[in-house]
Amino acid sequence: MCDSCGCGDTNVVPLDVQQRILSENERGAAHNRHHFVERSLVAINVMGSPGAGKTALLEATARALGGQRRIGALAGDLATDNDARRLEAAGIRAHAINTGSACHLDAAMVHRALHHMPWKDLDYLFIENVGNLVCPAVYDLGQAANVVILSVTEGEDKPLKYPVMFHKADLVLISKVDLLPHLPNIRLERIVDSLSRVMPEPHHIAVSATSGDGIDKWIDWLASHEAQRLRPEGSGEASDHHHHDHHHHEGHVHHE
Amino acid sequence: MHEYSIVQALYDNVVTHAVARGATTVQEIRVRIGQLSGVDPELLETAWRTFKVHTICEDAPMAIEVVAAEWACRECRQPAPPAGIRRCATCGGALKLVQGDEIVLERIVMEVA
Repeated sequence: MCDSCGCGDTNVVPLDVQQRILSENERGAAHNRHHFVERSLVAINVMGSPGAGKTALLEATARALGGQRRIGALAGDLATDNDARRLEAAGIRAHAINTGSACHLDAAMVHRALHHMPWKDLDYLFIENVGNLVCPAVYDLGQAANVVILSVTEGEDKPLKYPVMFHKADLVLISKVDLLPHLPNIRLERIVDSLSRVMPEPHHIAVSATSGDGIDKWIDWLASHEAQRLRPEGSGEASDHHHHDHHHHEGHVHHE
Repeated sequence: MHEYSIVQALYDNVVTHAVARGATTVQEIRVRIGQLSGVDPELLETAWRTFKVHTICEDAPMAIEVVAAEWACRECRQPAPPAGIRRCATCGGALKLVQGDEIVLERIVMEVA
């Protein structure tokens, strides 16, 4: 390594780059975000384990909104369009993104999918990521917020095992809480304690798509993001900044 | 495992720089990976070794600097321990990650004809 030994070999050139490796994805995400902001659309990146209840939560969201908002969803899965068909049956405009072997969605996949679905008149766009608590956390898609769904059956310490995913979450929906009476070893407050060890602001709502518990609070949370998008533009929000500090509003359940 | 996707993006970055400078081979790359970046350094290195075969980077090992997570209070800026409730022990403010989420290509060593 001539750059370190100083032998003066002019053919070997060290180049200081200091470049974010995912800068291309970040450009794509900024582009998507620009589209979303321009159309006053609230885009939510929905993440969670396979089986956490992402699709069921979106179905319950559609039921609760009862046509008061136009909602769309991109459903990411390695294969099948089962989720997209379920979402369509629930009245959600949906398009499947089959990732093949990829374990996550990226900004370009989202952008391509938008060409296959009318989205410009939507109020909410849910981007249902591939079921996975690791990889999706790394890729910005252009969303306004990250929502992670964690079902009570997954264990109380899941956030401690997957800190990156939960650290990136703006909101955690603790799902399937209707099952708690059948799970003597799972306590909601211990799940919340785990969240508070990886999330500086552990915003969370306990929900059940089956019983409807907490869905009203989730609907309020979504509405609070509409209020944000309607604030005066020109704040440079659609620029290259990939980290967005989300303002949190009333209606959140805070960890005490 | 998204490390292959990261390596694809990394490779594209490296080749863009190498081509722009008329490099014949790349001899080493250095990356900085945060402990809370969501990227596993070992998997990344393995992915790189597999990916670079028969490319301009064939002889380029990957040197990885792992960056430890560091937290501090968002309000009073007091440093905070790496584990525990993510609230400041001094003022109660929310903590923020000061470093440890980076996925950065730091340096390329290349041979220029």
